[in-house]
This record gives sequence, structure tokens and C-alpha cells, in this order.
Amino acid sequence: MSEDSLKEDLKKVGIENDPSKRSASFIMIDDQPKVSFARGVEILSTKEALKRYGWLEEFSWKLVERQEGDFDGYFIRVPRGVKVEFPVEACLYLKRIKSQNVHNIVIVEENAELNLITGCTSERLSGVHYGISEFYVKRNAKLTFTMIHNWKEENEVLPKTGIKVEENGVFINNYILLSPVRYLKSYPTAYLDRNAKAILSSVVVGFENSEIDLGSRVYLNGENSSAEIVSRSISRGGKIVVRGHLIGNSENVKGHLECKGMIIKEGVIHAIPELEARNPNVDLSHEAAIGKIAEDEIFYLMTRGLSRDEAVSMLIRGFMEIDVKGLPEVLKREIDKAIELVERALI
Amino acid sequence: MDKGVMRIVNLGVEVNGKRILQNVNLYIQEGQTLALFGPNGSGKSTLLMAIAGHPNYKIYDGRIIFKGKDITDLPANERVKMGIGVSYQNPPKISGVKLRDIVKHCARIGGTEDKIEEYVKLLKMENLLDRDLNVGFSGGEVKRSELLQLLLMNPEFVMLDEPDSGVDLENVAVIGEAIKILLERDRKDRKKSGIIITHTGQILKYVDADYGVIMYKGRIACMGDPYDILKTVERFGYEECVRKCLRTL
Repeated sequence: MSEDSLKEDLKKVGIENDPSKRSASFIMIDDQPKVSFARGVEILSTKEALKRYGWLEEFSWKLVERQEGDFDGYFIRVPRGVKVEFPVEACLYLKRIKSQNVHNIVIVEENAELNLITGCTSERLSGVHYGISEFYVKRNAKLTFTMIHNWKEENEVLPKTGIKVEENGVFINNYILLSPVRYLKSYPTAYLDRNAKAILSSVVVGFENSEIDLGSRVYLNGENSSAEIVSRSISRGGKIVVRGHLIGNSENVKGHLECKGMIIKEGVIHAIPELEARNPNVDLSHEAAIGKIAEDEIFYLMTRGLSRDEAVSMLIRGFMEIDVKGLPEVLKREIDKAIELVERALI
Repeated sequence: MDKGVMRIVNLGVEVNGKRILQNVNLYIQEGQTLALFGPNGSGKSTLLMAIAGHPNYKIYDGRIIFKGKDITDLPANERVKMGIGVSYQNPPKISGVKLRDIVKHCARIGGTEDKIEEYVKLLKMENLLDRDLNVGFSGGEVKRSELLQLLLMNPEFVMLDEPDSGVDLENVAVIGEAIKILLERDRKDRKKSGIIITHTGQILKYVDADYGVIMYKGRIACMGDPYDILKTVERFGYEECVRKCLRTL
């Protein structure tokens, strides 16, 4: 594969490798991690970081169950009070090896802020990607994590993600999967302390022969913590299970789960929203809906001069549009770009 | 010279296998505006949808001739290109699609990019452009949004489905103003023509029409001066009005 096509592949998952647009850039091809540049934020390979910092053991395999195997990935730490201006990008690229074992640890210290864009993609048609991620958002800190996946037809993808958000912390998660994949299973789980807030959004397209089992789970453990789970799934011949689970464990917690699905031509979407209250003073709600593109909406746009295909494309795009409050403009653009690329393939 | 723009010939329309319109004939000339009256469910909107080209409104009989061309089988967007524009009584709410994007598109179609600002101001739509189309719009906002889109598309043949229903007085005046521009009602040499569906006739206080028609049980039942028809309907109701009409035929 040439340099250019690698660069193209990376662009599709939001990786620019451009110091004028990013604060730091990390790429791991197969099992070889490499930091291109970094400013304002510490970024190392996880293996190296574990060697260098004895204290990191306390953050390793604590939010996700330990797995056997040789893992490496990125370690990112934003020092106390630092608000990283440009996003940090990290890419996990499956090139030759059959199975890529990734372990990432991100620590955003008190009062710090980080936007992290992770792109995962593959040159191999087949191959397995295990991705372990542990995120620590300390008091008053904020982490916005946007993950764009672009796999190949025979890839199997099994990420596991745990997030701990301390008092007044904010965690925003955006997950975008717009390419075919053989099998993907993921169920990121967030644990919220007092006044902490989490928003987990996902936009997923399931093509023919794809099987996707995706969910988001939030434990509202601290008083006044709140969570919002928003998902949009489109099946175009694929099988998608969309899960969501809110657990209200404390006083005055608030959670909402919104799950919308659309089937184009054929496919399966199975929505499983779960609400679990373990305290009388919780406010948990959910709405789920699955349907097709409404003929009246297509016609309406056609009477505004759009062709049928243009109308369908505009409606699909609108369906995938998730309005996430607090999402930086630059990340919105990344998501829009990714959605633009898939639009044509859906009609 | 024949000045006929829209000819509806023996039109029969069915929806979901149910016949709604039978044997409808209309002839509208250049510069003419027709007021279409009728009770709820009489088939007024069905006629508009059929002329606009909605695939669920199946034409089982007759033809629609626009500017001398048979458009009975033409897709809706092709009809738009020929100059047909329609505003809805209850347009769909579309999440994720911004009014601004539709407005831009309509201006491109109508070649009216330089008028966007003026019309947005006229219809007081400044604060709604970045909202999802019709989502959470009030009754008046929905109608104003429809008229903004039509003004920018600048159609030759204008169809308005109850532009005055569910709208307060202040909004009716604004909407009336927009319709006057759309149909060139202030111009002696006007070319534009169209159909206004009105249940209450309220809008006719702001825009005049050249003649009126009552649609009753899927047929054209009366034809005449729109203000006479309106007065008779207000006094006697639709059923009685139609009976009187049929007696005088």
C-alpha cells in the first residue's frame, strides 16, 4: 500500500497528522506504536508508560476485566488545569498481523479538558481487533471522545471500554461506524460520581453480512449525576442489536435513553433499552423507534425540486444528524465528513 | 389565443384503492386565481396532491395538462421544474434537515438567491432558519415557512392548501402579503395563476380571487364569484349551498 492511500484511509477516520490542526498525533500500525508530535499533553505507548510510571498500575485493568495477551496502545495524560486547544488524534491500524491487541489509558486530571479523536481502520480484509480503553475523568475535568471506525468486510472488532467520571466531570462519547464489518461487539460502560455528566451518542450503519452488537451503559452512582444515551442505527442488510442501560443508584440522578433505527430495503434492528432504578428519587426515561423513510417526507422534498435520490439522501443524512451539545465545531465537521462519505453507499 | 395554463380533464383519483375524486374538470387561464372551497374530506387536498404528483394519489381516469403538456405521469420534481409549486396544509416534520438548507435549495431552483434576505424578513423567519424543518413550529410558523419556500421557488402555477388555517390574525396579514407577491395580484399584466384552498375564506380578505369553486363529495359542484359563494356558504352551509347551486344549473 502506498503512502498516499494510507493517508486517505487515515483521513476517513479523522486522522490528519497535521500539527496545525492537532495537539498530538499517535499511530499504532499492527503492534508498533508511534508518537508523531505532542504539545500540552503527555502521550506515550501504554507499555512504555507502565514501565516509566509505577503508579499507573492503579489505572491499568481497573475499569475493564483483565485479559491475557500482549497489549499495547496509547497512554494520554492531560495535566491538571490544562485545556488542550486542538484535538489529540490516535489511530489504530490493522495492517498485516491477524490480531491486534490494544490497551489504551487516558487520564484527564482535575480541571483539565481534552478532545480525543480515535480512528480505527484496517488494510487487511480479515483480522481481529481487541481494543481495551480505560478513561479517567477527574474532578471538574472534561473528556470528549470521538471514535470513527472504518473496517473491512471480514474484520472482527471487540472493543471494551470503561470510563470513570469524578465529581463535576463531563464525558462526551461519539461513536461512528459507517463501513462494513464482519462482527462488532461493544458495550462501553461509564461510572459517574456526584454531579458528573455523560453523553454517549452513536451512529451506526449495518451493511449486508455485518453483525453489530452495540450498547452504552451508565452507572449513575453519585448524587445529581446525569446521563444521556442517543443512538441512530441504519440497517442496509445487516443485523444490528442496539443496547442501552441506565442504572440509577443514587439520589436525584437523571437519565434519558433515545434509540432510533431505520431499515433501508432489508435488515434487522433489535433495540433493547433498559432502565434500572435502585433509588426512589431517580428520573429515568427512554424512547425507542424503528421505521422506514416516510414516503410523505420524500414527496415533500421532491415538491421542493429534489430528485427522489437527492431527497432520500437528505433524509438519511438528517436521520444520522445527532445534535450533541458541547461538541466542538471541529469534531462536528469530522462527523459530517464521515457521514457524507457513506451517504451514496446507502441509496 | 388560448391562455389556458392548467387543464384538468375528467380527473379521477384514488388513494389506497378508494376513489376520492370523480370526473373533475377545471380550466385555469394565465393570471387567474381560483379559490377552492368545500367541506372537510371533500377532496380539495387530494386534487392538489394529484396535480403536484404524489405517487400515493393514483390517477385512474383523466389527464392533467400543464402549459399544453400532459404531466399525468411526470414525477413531482419534474413538475416543479415546469413551474408548479405547492404549499402544504400540514407539511411533515423532518428532524436533522435544517430550514436553511431547504431555503437555499428553493432559491437555487427559482433563481432567487438575491431575494432570500428580503423574503426571510417579510415572513419573519430569521429565528427559524437553523431549526429542523417544521419541528416544534407553531401553526403560523409552519405556514410562513411554506410560503417562504414557495416565494423563493418562484413558480408559475401556485397551489396553496389552507394557508390561513390555524393562523392568528397578525399572521394572516403577513401570509396574505406573501400570497399577493406569489400570484402577482397587484400587477395588471400578471402571468401567474393558481389555486387557493380555503375552508374559512379568511385569506380572501387579503388576497382576491377571480372565481370560486366548491368541491363536494369528490366532484366540482358549484362555480361562480368567490365572494358570492363564500357569503352563501356562510349563511346556509355547504350542503344547502350546493343544493341551491344544482337547482340553478
